[in-house]
Amino acid sequence: MQFRKSWIMALALTSVVALSACGNGGNNAATNNGGNAAATNTQNSSGAELSGSILASGSTALQPLVEQAAEKFMDANAGVDIQVQGGGSGTGLTQVAEKQVDIGNSDVFAEEKLKDADAEKAAALVDHQVAVVAIAAVSNPDAGVDTLTKQQLVDIFTGKIKNWSEVGGADQAIQIINRPASSGTRATFESFALGTKTDDLPGSIQEDSSGTVKKIIGETPGAIGYLALSYLDDSVKTLSYDGVEPSVDNVIAGKYPVWAYEHMYTNGEPNETVKAFLDFMMTDEVQTGDVVELGYIPASQMQVSRDVAGTVTPK
Amino acid sequence: MRVKPKKTRFEKHHIENFIGRAYMSFCVLLLIVIIVSMVYFVASKGIANFVSGEVKVSDFLFGTKWSPEADTPSYGAFPFIAGSFLVTLLAALIASPLSICAALFMTEIVPGWGKKLLQPVIELLSGIPSVVYGFVGLSVIVPFLRNTLPGQGIGVAAGALVLSVMILPTITSVAADALASLPQNLKESSFALGATRWQTISRVILPTTFPAIMTGVVLGMARAFGEALAVQMVIGNAPFVPRSLFESASTLTSVITLGMGNTTMGSPQNNALWSMALVLMLMTFVFVLLVRMLERRNKI
Repeated sequence: MQFRKSWIMALALTSVVALSACGNGGNNAATNNGGNAAATNTQNSSGAELSGSILASGSTALQPLVEQAAEKFMDANAGVDIQVQGGGSGTGLTQVAEKQVDIGNSDVFAEEKLKDADAEKAAALVDHQVAVVAIAAVSNPDAGVDTLTKQQLVDIFTGKIKNWSEVGGADQAIQIINRPASSGTRATFESFALGTKTDDLPGSIQEDSSGTVKKIIGETPGAIGYLALSYLDDSVKTLSYDGVEPSVDNVIAGKYPVWAYEHMYTNGEPNETVKAFLDFMMTDEVQTGDVVELGYIPASQMQVSRDVAGTVTPK
Repeated sequence: MRVKPKKTRFEKHHIENFIGRAYMSFCVLLLIVIIVSMVYFVASKGIANFVSGEVKVSDFLFGTKWSPEADTPSYGAFPFIAGSFLVTLLAALIASPLSICAALFMTEIVPGWGKKLLQPVIELLSGIPSVVYGFVGLSVIVPFLRNTLPGQGIGVAAGALVLSVMILPTITSVAADALASLPQNLKESSFALGATRWQTISRVILPTTFPAIMTGVVLGMARAFGEALAVQMVIGNAPFVPRSLFESASTLTSVITLGMGNTTMGSPQNNALWSMALVLMLMTFVFVLLVRMLERRNKI
C-alpha cells in the first residue's frame, strides 16, 4: 500500500513537471506567432498540469504589472489562482518573510528593509528581478531649467540652493515635493541621483502617490520632485541628469544611473506553480509586452546589473 | 392529551428564549473580545519601542526631530501631535459657527422647508468619501490659497478648511437634535415675557442646549482628529511644527498612512508608527470621556 501511494505521487509529480514545461513552450510559441497562437496555447495546456493558488502582496508600483501578467497566466493555466495585493514594499517583505504570502513584491532589495535583527529573514528570501523602474527629476515647466548636475540636485534637496535663478532658471523660489522617508522611490533617488540621504526640510511637501506628486509639481510654481518614467507627461518638465536624458535606451545602456529593480521575493526556492509564474514573468511575452506597455523597463534587456551595495557591472 | 401540547408550547417558549439569549450573549462576548484585543494589539505594538529601550517616552512625545531613516534615527512625534491638534481645533473653530447656525435655521427659524432643504444637503456631505474631499481640496482650495495668500497653498490652512467641511454634518445633526428636543414651554414662556426671537435664541435656547451642542463639537473634533486621507493630500506632510498656517505640516494620521506600508513589521520605525496609533487611540478615549461628561451636564 505504502509503495503504491508513493508510486502514484512520483508519477503525478513527473507528469506535472513534464506538462508544465510543455505549457511554457506553448507560451513562447504564443509570443512568436501572435494572437492566433494564444488560443491554441490555452487548448494545449488543458489546465490539469498546474494547480494551486498564489498570493502576492507588496509594492503598489509593481502591482499593475503583476496583476496584468497574472491575468494572462491564469487564462493559460485554468487550475491556478493568483491574487495580487498592494500594501507597500515593507508589507510585502514582512509577509513573505513570515510566509503569509508566496511572493513579496518590493521596490528595494530585501536587505535594505530587513536590517539588524531581521537580517536572517532577508537571507532566506530569493530575489527575482522582473523589471526596472527609472526615476527622473522633474520640475514645474515654468522653472526654466533643462538639466541639473548631481551637485546642483544635492544642493537643492539639502536646501542650499533656494531659488531657480541660482541654477540658471527663472527668478522663483524652489518648492521641494518629496516622498516620505520610508519610500522606496525616495531611497532610489537619494542613493543613485544624490548619492546621499537627505533630511526633510521645513516647508517641503511630501506625498506618497505618484499621481498627486505629478499634479502638485505641475501646478505649483517653482516645484521640483521626482517621478518614475511611466508617469512623465507634458504637465511637468523632465530634467536631464548631468546632461543625460532619462530615456529607456539610456537606462538600458547603463548611461542613466537613477533606476532600481522591481523585485518579486519568494521565501526559499519557490514551489512548482510559483516558479512557473515567475518564469512566465521573464518570458518575452511579458518582458516585451506588458512590462513595456505599463511603462517599466524589461529587466532582461538591461546591459548592466547592480547588486545590493549599488555596484554596477556590465552584463 | 390536553397537557401535552401545552407542555410543548412551554418548552418551545423556553427554547426560543434560550436561543435568543445565547445568540445575544455570543454577539456581546464577541464584541467585547474584538474591542479588548484591538486595544491590546495597538497598545502592545505601541509600547514595544519604549519597552525595548529603543525610544524614550519623553523623546517620542516631546522630541521635535523625526528622521527614522537616518544613521542615528530619532523618533520625535511632537510635530505630528501638534499638527493634529492644530488642524482639529482650527477645523472646529471654522465649522462650529456654521453648523450651529444651520441647526438653528432648521429648528428655530424655518423648521418647515428650511429643514427639508438643508438637512439632506448636509447629510450628503457625510456620505462623500474622504479621498474626494482630498482631491477637491487639492484642486480647488489649494490653488485658491496659493493665489490669494502667502505660501504654496498646501499646508495647515488647507487641511483645516477641508476638515471643517467634513465635520459640518456631525456637528449640525447633533446640534439640531439637541435644539429639537428642547421643551416647547421654555420658548413659549420666553416669548410670553415679550422677548424677540433673537433674544430667545441667544438668552434661552443656546445657553440651555450648550452642553448638547458642545457634544456635537467634540464628536466633530474626534472625527477631524482621526481623519487621514483627505488631510494627508493637502497638508504637505513635512515633519515640522509649522511656523505659519500656510506652511506644510503633518498630522499623526498622515504620517501613519504614509509610512505604514513602506516599513517592515517589527522594525523600530514601524513600532513608532504604532506608538502614534496608540496616541490617537488614547485621544479618542479622551474625546469619549469629554462627551460623557457633557452628557451628564446635559440634563435640563
